[in-house]
Amino acid sequence: MKRFWAWGALIIGLLYFILPLIGMTNFSLKMRRGVYSFDAYAKVLGDTRFQETFSYSVTLALLTILVGVFLVVPTAYWVRLKLPFLRPYIEFVTLLPLVIPAIVVVFGYIRLYNTSSWLPLTGTALGTDVLLVAGYTMLALPYMYRAVDTGLRTIDVTTLTEAAQSLGAGWFTIITRIILPNVLVAVLSGAFLTFAIVIGEFTMAALLNRPAFGPYMQVLGANRAYEPAALAVIAFAITWGCLGLIQLVSRFQKSAQRPV
Amino acid sequence: MTSPNPPTGPSPARRMRLPLHWLGILPFAVFVLLFLIMPTMKIVIGAFQRPDGSFTFSNIGNLFTPSILAAYGISIRISMASAFFGCLIGFGTAAAVVLGGLPRAIRGPLMTFSGVASNFAGVPLAFAFLATLGPVGFITVFLQSELGINLRMLGFNLLSFWGLTLTYLFFQIPLMILIITPALDGLKKEWREAASILGATNAQYWRMVALPILTPSILGTFALLFANAFGAVATAIALTGSSLSIVPILLFAQIRGDVLGDPHLGYALAFGMIVVTGIANTVYIWLRARSERWMR
Amino acid sequence: MSFLTLTHLQKSFGSVKVVHDFNMTIEKGEFISFLGPSGCGKTTVLRMIAGFEIPTGGTIEIAGKDQTNLRPNQRNIGMVFQAYALFPNMSVFDNVAFGLKVAGKPKSEIDARVKEMLKLIHLEHLSDRYPYQMSGGQQQRVALARALAPKPQVLLLDEPLSALDAKIRVSLREEIRQIQRQLGITTVFVTHDQEEALSISDRIVVMNAGKADQIGTPGEIYNRPTTRFVANFVGTLNVIEAILVNAATGTVKIGEEVVSLPQPITGKSDGQSISIAFRPEAATIAGPSTGPAAVTGTVLSSNFLGSVVRTKVDAGGNIISFDMFNQASAQIPKAGETVSLSLQPDGLMVLGD
Repeated sequence: MKRFWAWGALIIGLLYFILPLIGMTNFSLKMRRGVYSFDAYAKVLGDTRFQETFSYSVTLALLTILVGVFLVVPTAYWVRLKLPFLRPYIEFVTLLPLVIPAIVVVFGYIRLYNTSSWLPLTGTALGTDVLLVAGYTMLALPYMYRAVDTGLRTIDVTTLTEAAQSLGAGWFTIITRIILPNVLVAVLSGAFLTFAIVIGEFTMAALLNRPAFGPYMQVLGANRAYEPAALAVIAFAITWGCLGLIQLVSRFQKSAQRPV
Repeated sequence: MTSPNPPTGPSPARRMRLPLHWLGILPFAVFVLLFLIMPTMKIVIGAFQRPDGSFTFSNIGNLFTPSILAAYGISIRISMASAFFGCLIGFGTAAAVVLGGLPRAIRGPLMTFSGVASNFAGVPLAFAFLATLGPVGFITVFLQSELGINLRMLGFNLLSFWGLTLTYLFFQIPLMILIITPALDGLKKEWREAASILGATNAQYWRMVALPILTPSILGTFALLFANAFGAVATAIALTGSSLSIVPILLFAQIRGDVLGDPHLGYALAFGMIVVTGIANTVYIWLRARSERWMR
Repeated sequence: MSFLTLTHLQKSFGSVKVVHDFNMTIEKGEFISFLGPSGCGKTTVLRMIAGFEIPTGGTIEIAGKDQTNLRPNQRNIGMVFQAYALFPNMSVFDNVAFGLKVAGKPKSEIDARVKEMLKLIHLEHLSDRYPYQMSGGQQQRVALARALAPKPQVLLLDEPLSALDAKIRVSLREEIRQIQRQLGITTVFVTHDQEEALSISDRIVVMNAGKADQIGTPGEIYNRPTTRFVANFVGTLNVIEAILVNAATGTVKIGEEVVSLPQPITGKSDGQSISIAFRPEAATIAGPSTGPAAVTGTVLSSNFLGSVVRTKVDAGGNIISFDMFNQASAQIPKAGETVSLSLQPDGLMVLGD
């Protein structure tokens, strides 16, 4: 009896999660009247606005990952090595972006870095892009920091550092050649998650008025019928791909760490 | 020390060392300050300023108008409802998988799917639900043409309180599953056995042991889900445009075009959001620390 | 009049047979230990008595009533777990009161009984503490009080001491034994520690590969092991070869010493070689008063163990351990010296196979 209810609940749950996915896929294939076709996808992929905004968001995602890695890896390493008493505070700070809604942060950007301020970042396209990357780095910070810090916990940072120093390595060598390879899987996990978050992000890009993929999807959704569903399928595939890659790299790590 | 001259102060090397330690986290500190703390402080301070910069409580006071209160009200209710049902359903699913009833083999796929679905928020999620339950959505059309059921006539509208709640559940339930599964794993088999050999029924075990142990985790996750829904902007805007007046949509419109006609009221609105999510997260952190203390 | 009866008890997990045909009767008020290496099935038997595992075959009876198919919460049994298993969300008081509460006892009765139990374990002053605020030894005493509070018919102890420090382990096992005597409760104690089992039990069941190898008092188990496994598992044992001189009188020749065993030897004929086992304390250094030496060899090492000194001797490839009391006047053999040992006849055992 217990089994019956468990299975019943699971099936209803699965329906709830699968029907919207079927719904959007179904809808995305119905652009041509009466038959299933990939017309909506062709239309979307052929749209120059799609190509522009998508490549813009991809570029921003990669930049965000780069900035995130350069910011988080040395900091997490340094805190573990030299300032361990700061760890709880740093951890608290990295969780703040979960507390402060993104819309509030970007509101602060607009008011703090407007054209009449001491740092008029919103005055130029490049400056606004810098702000957007910074904002995305903040959004990804909780995930990135946690992934890297967990990765660092599994290696003996102090011993590795002292060993490298005794062999004459400098700080740059230690971080790039010793620490980074050892937390590579953690960094990659954080990077893929960052990519999934940034690629479809809407609020920050829309309010900073940058031509990103998220706002493009929203505008298209307000004006078209079938193309948005095709975009949703693409976005879902990207999310799934990123999470799948995380699974893949962590499995790779498990098999690499197994003693032969 | 054989030096004939007593040192008059710290040696140069020593003087250099302390700041160097701190230099290591300087880039991080500056970045966080510039792009997280200062912008947030700007909002918080702005909420208590007149346009000329003098201190006032009137912005906060101006929040207490019917339309803004209504926006907070509906935002809080949607967040509550989606957090509540997210917790309930997510807990049920996780419990069924962890504690038996369902085969362990589905655990891996379930966790992977939860990871994907909890990140599948925003604009695409809204599209998926529009394509399913919207006016010309897959299920709406199917029910109408095959079974003669008109969802709209029955009072269902995706662009409403329940529609938004239903949509939010798509990322709330998986988030609950992701967070509560480790907590369920922490329930020791011996507690159940000890309870049962002391004469407790399964129901008594759940009421007196398992649920009290899990309560901090469940309530804490509830707070997290609440904050998660409260700050969700993209899903709401893509789903409803601006037809539903919830706080994030109102703030979005205010930032875009000062629809409230008072920039400092915008600060107050944002400040209110920080307060609500801040309270929810404080509750989360506090309860989590409590449950971790027990579980040691 | 047996109180707890296990008859032809069997348990298989899939195709793996963990417990073969286990039979035992336990008297009311007895303290029984199940002793054996890990994986011997002792915990499985305990868990079948508790009702956590359903036997594949056989029956369990307590006080004449069949329990085999009852659920754990219908059996009125108390159990203490290896990892304490206190409820972390309840104070000490509420933990001890749990069994009485679920039984629906009135509050005044619960209060009185819990106080009595806490007094029994000398922790009255900690009744408001939570498990995470207590040491392992304190937690395990609370677990004992919790198990005893509903006045169970049988108390089961599943390696309750193995998670504790050595010193607390000894004091708590004495406390457990004293409480058990005081309450006269029938107790089954599972352990892999032979010293624990020997010191605490009325009878010991030595288990090996899912079977009871030997059931007996600590003295019987230690002095008269009936199988090679029991002899090896309990205590240190020396095995040497001897020539049977006269099977009827139990006379054997070990080295140069001719000894008469307390009982005749069966199954072997005169002149055959047999295996003789003895404990380290059955050997003494040969001198004028002890007669000819049974064993002569070179001292390998002498280890100071407190009240005794254990010496290892290489006797023609056979390593023999023997103990002597640590007296100030005693000459402790040094490594490299040659010693001759003679054996006390009543400390010798003839091993079967």
